[in-house]
Formats: sequence, structure tokens, C-alpha cells
Amino acid sequence: MSGAAAMQTMSPPGDAGGPRSARPVRMTPARWGLYAFLAITAAFFLLPLWVMVVTSLKTMNEIRLGAIIAPPLAPTLEAWAKAWSSACTGLACDGIRVGFWNSVKILVPSVFISILVGSMTGYALSFWRVPGANVLFTAMMIVAFIPYQVFIYPLVRVFAFIGLGQSIATIVIVHTIFGLPTMTLLFRNYFSSLPIELFKAARIDGASFYQIFFRIMMPMATPMIVVAVILQVTGIWNDFILGLVFAGRENLPMTVQLNNIVASVQGEREYNVDMAATMLTALLPLVVYFGSGRWFVRGIAAGAVKG
Amino acid sequence: MSLQSEVDIRDVSVRFGNVQVLEKLNLKIAPSEFIVLLGPSGCGKSTLLNAIAGLLDVSDGQMWIGGRNVTWEEPKDRGIAMVFQSYALYPRMSVKKNMSFGLEVAGTPRAEIEARVAEAAQMLKLTPLLERKPAALSGGQRQRVAIGRALVRKVGVYLFDEPLSNLDAQLRAELRVEIKRLHARLGATMIYVTHDQIEALTLADRIAVMQGGVIQQLAAPKDIYRRPVNRFVASFVGSPAMNFIAGRVEAGLFFHAGDYRIPLAGYAFAGAPAAGAATLGIRPEHVLAGHEAGPDAIAAKVEMVEPMGADTLIWSRLPDGASLSIRHAADAAVREGDTLPVSFPADALSVFDDTPAGARL
Ligand SMILES: Nc1ncnc2c1ncn2[C@@H]1O[C@H](COP(=O)(O)OP(=O)(O)OP(=O)(O)O)[C@@H](O)[C@H]1O
Ligand SMILES: [Mg+2]
Repeated sequence: MSGAAAMQTMSPPGDAGGPRSARPVRMTPARWGLYAFLAITAAFFLLPLWVMVVTSLKTMNEIRLGAIIAPPLAPTLEAWAKAWSSACTGLACDGIRVGFWNSVKILVPSVFISILVGSMTGYALSFWRVPGANVLFTAMMIVAFIPYQVFIYPLVRVFAFIGLGQSIATIVIVHTIFGLPTMTLLFRNYFSSLPIELFKAARIDGASFYQIFFRIMMPMATPMIVVAVILQVTGIWNDFILGLVFAGRENLPMTVQLNNIVASVQGEREYNVDMAATMLTALLPLVVYFGSGRWFVRGIAAGAVKG
Repeated sequence: MSLQSEVDIRDVSVRFGNVQVLEKLNLKIAPSEFIVLLGPSGCGKSTLLNAIAGLLDVSDGQMWIGGRNVTWEEPKDRGIAMVFQSYALYPRMSVKKNMSFGLEVAGTPRAEIEARVAEAAQMLKLTPLLERKPAALSGGQRQRVAIGRALVRKVGVYLFDEPLSNLDAQLRAELRVEIKRLHARLGATMIYVTHDQIEALTLADRIAVMQGGVIQQLAAPKDIYRRPVNRFVASFVGSPAMNFIAGRVEAGLFFHAGDYRIPLAGYAFAGAPAAGAATLGIRPEHVLAGHEAGPDAIAAKVEMVEPMGADTLIWSRLPDGASLSIRHAADAAVREGDTLPVSFPADALSVFDDTPAGARL
């Protein structure tokens, strides 16, 4: 995509004559400089990733040699296996898979519920003109800009007061609350870009609040839903502090577990296992980004063109 | 399909915050009547239509449809259907689904839905398009689907908010005829918003000309055209616009402007004719010019000649400087700079008083 855009900017305007053929790109010194700069920048950002990958594929003996950039002499997945199923966090040695499944258990309902609630709030705010909607919306936006660490302690007290202990349900509620402003903003802006007559037509057809939402608005909002899923999946998966505070000892998410693995040193520090565990934790957001980049761009642009 | 309802709008006011858009508006529409709401942009036509549909709350007054007070009823319970300017088709649904959605929501039996959709599709020549999505239709087809979606509801009142204004001139003319045919066939009450006066004049049984949230005149197209009640209606309807000449009505029944006099004997005054300042209005096609002008003609100076095919439009100036457009036969041998004798038949005139509203005398 960005490649195509770059191609367009490279070809001079007005060479429309004849069939399209690949025009040889002349390599001027400036262009060499540009490529060199890009290559160096890319290498700079890729280097840590490279170090992580090669380290995770090495044995501890090889790591002790100290050549951290060198590729592994005999690549092995042992460290990955250990990180997944038998690395120790404190006393338990069940690997990071426990955290993985905890994160999945937190992620799925949190993403689903936060998007459902956020989109419905956005829909109600943009179409139903409830009294005080603008005040409500402004308040929500202001809250969105307050660092959420500020809320943690009060929330803990409130939850303790109403008898909501640490559990999966609690952390799902917390993620839903903190996701609400962003999700509402996202969907409200999208729905506001739709012609109001669509909503009026559905009202005349006799559709109810929920029928209009589920049967007309949500099918149109597919690109927005994809964007919301990406934002929420990466945000919730990467969360550390909320999971630590609200999920409870049994349900600590993968990020917390990773920290525990890396922090708990028994004897020698196993860099290869730490690297593998880190990569495993980062895998899901990576897959989401690579798998959905196209959709992401489309969703962001979707506000501009009515669907 | 022979539902028809009376619509009775009683003292309806609509306010947005502290902006009063409609104030104590009254309008009674007979069953099966085709009413056109005509007026300039922002005069409150859509607001009135939305209030009838129940899409916005009235701040005062009552709305009666089909003998029921529906002021506080939901749109779906009012026995109305509506067609929008932007079509407002559900983009993710096929044409068929667009038309059947309302019936499904209402829990209509499947067979009945099928039958109604088939009937409406056949009436609007949409049968081959039923499986398409709106994005795969032309503008004219989309608007036909929107009309179809209204038709399947089988209601007594159909509301149209500028349904043709997104279409090009030819399609507009085509669909206009189709809507007129539909009205004849269904016999339902129709309320149609437009600011296109050709649409208004061709479709309406009665036209309500609106300005600033007030109905200025409610009458048959012919009467709106021939006997406008005030200067606003006179100038808004008709193209090219009516000519206005400032002057005085004088006893002995002359209209005196500059140094010429126009006889008013034969003009049907609304009340007893009183002398005083006034404005004379005459439509371009009612001006008698050339040898038709008769003995008491006034000499107008021709400034510009526009041949329009079927006829010719002549822009001229009267001795007192008032400009006068004349619609003349196409073969008129009139040139710029000529002096053209003109006269005004009294029965085609409109005389307005000199109040700001300019009421008809
Ligand atoms: N939601 C609103 N809030 C405030 N004012 C409004 C609102 N909707 C309409 N108005 C005002 O009410 C007046 C009438 O609007 P309306 O849409 O009925 O005009 P219209 O006659 O349909 O015009 P057009 O021919 O341009 O569609 C306008 O002056 C408009 O600015
Ligand atoms: Mg309007």
C-alpha cells in the first residue's frame, strides 16, 4: 500500500503517453543517501528484535560466549518450549502458558463487551439526542485524558465496598470502563458521519432502538469494528497494571507472568528463556498488526467516505 | 391499495431551542389529496414534514391523521410512509430486503411480505433489481427503491421530502410522471416537499407556498399562479418572474406610474378599491406587445432579446425606468433598441398594497 503510494510520488506527472512500463529509477547521489538512511533506520529498530530472536534460539553455553548479534550456531527451540511450559515464576514452574490462557480469558470478554457497550453508547449519543448528551460526551472525553493510574486506588476501594473482589469478571469490568471513552468516541464519530435520514427511515419502518443498532448500524460499521478490535486487543493484551491489581493471583495476565519469569532468578539468568517468553507474549499483538494492517487503514479512512 | 387518510394539522408550533421554526401552523388536507409544500430554502418545509411523520416533537398544537390524534405517537403508528431526498436506503441490504425490512420488523407474515414486495417492485419496474445492493443502482433506480420501500407499507399518507432533487433534469421529469401516476393509482394522500415550482405546478391538487415557517397561500396551482395573495407568492412562483411596477392606484381606476396610466377597469379587486401607493404585477406572458397592444399602448424600449425556441423573451424598459420582461411569439421581429408598444390586460394583473408583505388588493 505505502509502496504503491511511493511509486506514484516517484513517477513525474504527465508521462501518460503509451502503455505503462517500468521506468528505470535513476540512482542519483541523493537517492543513495535516502536509501542508506532508510536502511540504517530500519536496522536500528530491527536490531533488538534480531537479538531477541537469535538469543532465544541459542543454548546458554552459546550465549555465554557473548556474541549477542551473531546468529545461532545450532538453532534450537528448547528455550521456547521451556518458556511456554516449564519456566518458573516464584515457586510454580508451569511456564508462561498459564498467563497466556489467563490473558485469553480476560481478552475475549473484555474486547467483546467494551466494543459492544462503546458502540452502543456512540450510537445513542449520535442518533438519539438524549437530553444532556453533549455534556455526557464532553465529560467522557475529559475523563479519557486523565491518566488512569489516578483511578486505580479509588476503584479498588469502590470495588471492595460493593464486595467485588479480584476476579476475571472484575478485570473485564475494569477494561470495559477504561475502554469506554475511546470506543464511544470512535463509534460516535463514525455514526455522526452517516446521513441522519438513514436513521429516520428506519424509525418510520418501525425498527426499535436495538433493531436499528444491530440490523442497520452495526453492519455498516464493520471497518470501525475492525479498528476497535485492533485497538482493544492490543491495549488489553499489553495491559500490566490493571491485570495485576484487579485480576487476582489465579488470573494474572501474560504480561505480569512474563515479568515474574524474567524477575525471578534462580541461579543463572536464562536469557534464552526470557527472550522466548517475551516473544511469546508479544506474538499476539504482532499477528494482529500484520494480519490487519490493510483493514486498519481502511477503517481509519472509512469516516471520510460514506458506505 | 386504497387507504386514504385525512391529515389535519392544528396550531402546530415547532421550536429548536429558542428558534421558532413553525408557529401556530394550520393545514387541513383532504383524503386522497396531493399537497405540495413549496418555498425557499430554510422556510420550514422539511420541519413540517418531519413533524407530520413524528420524527421530531411539536412544541405545541395537535396532529391528526386519519381521524386519530397522533401528536404523541411513534412514526410507525401514524399510518405514514416517507421518501427522503438522499434515498436513505440501507446500504448493507439488498433491494428486496430494503423493501421488506419494515414489514419484517412489524411481524408481517412471510407470504404477505413476498406479495407486497412483488407488487411494489412490479409497479416501479424494480423486479429485475431485487437482489442488488443499493451501491449497484443508478440514482433514479435508488429513488424508485426508496419509493418502493414506502409503498409496501400500504399506508394512507405518503410523505416526500424533495425526492427528485438529487436527479438530473430528464430523470426528474420521468419520475415526476411516475409519481403522478402512482397517486392516481393508489389514491392515497400525498404530501410532497419541493422548491422546484414546475414539480409543484404539475403534481399538486393544492400548493402551500411557505415562507418563514408560515403558509402564505394554500390554493390550486392555477390560482397560485393567476391570483397570488401577496408579493412573495407572486415573485416566488413563475419563471421568468413576474414584473413589478411601483406606482399609485387612483380613483377612476387607473394605475399611475411615471407619466403613463394603466386602466384597471375589469380588475377584480379583493375589497373596495382605494386610492394609494401600490405595486402592479404582470407576468411576462400576459403582456400584450406590438400590434396586439391596442391604441392606449405604452412605449417600451427593448434592451435585450432572448430566443428560447418555443417563444422569445424580450427584456425592455418602460418610460419611468421600470424593467419589463415580455414573453412573445418566437417569430417576433424585434431587435435591441426598438421601441415596442405594450399594454396590460386588466384581468391578468395583480395589484399589491405597499405594506412590507404586499397583500393583494
Ligand atoms: N435541528 C435544528 N436545530 C436548529 N435549527 C434547525 C434545526 N433543523 C432546522 N433548523 C432551522 O429551521 C429552519 C427550517 O429548516 P428546514 O429544514 O425545515 O428548511 P427547508 O424548508 O426544508 O429547507 P430546504 O429547502 O433547504 O430543505 C431553518 O432555518 C433551519 O436552520
Ligand atoms: Mg428540506
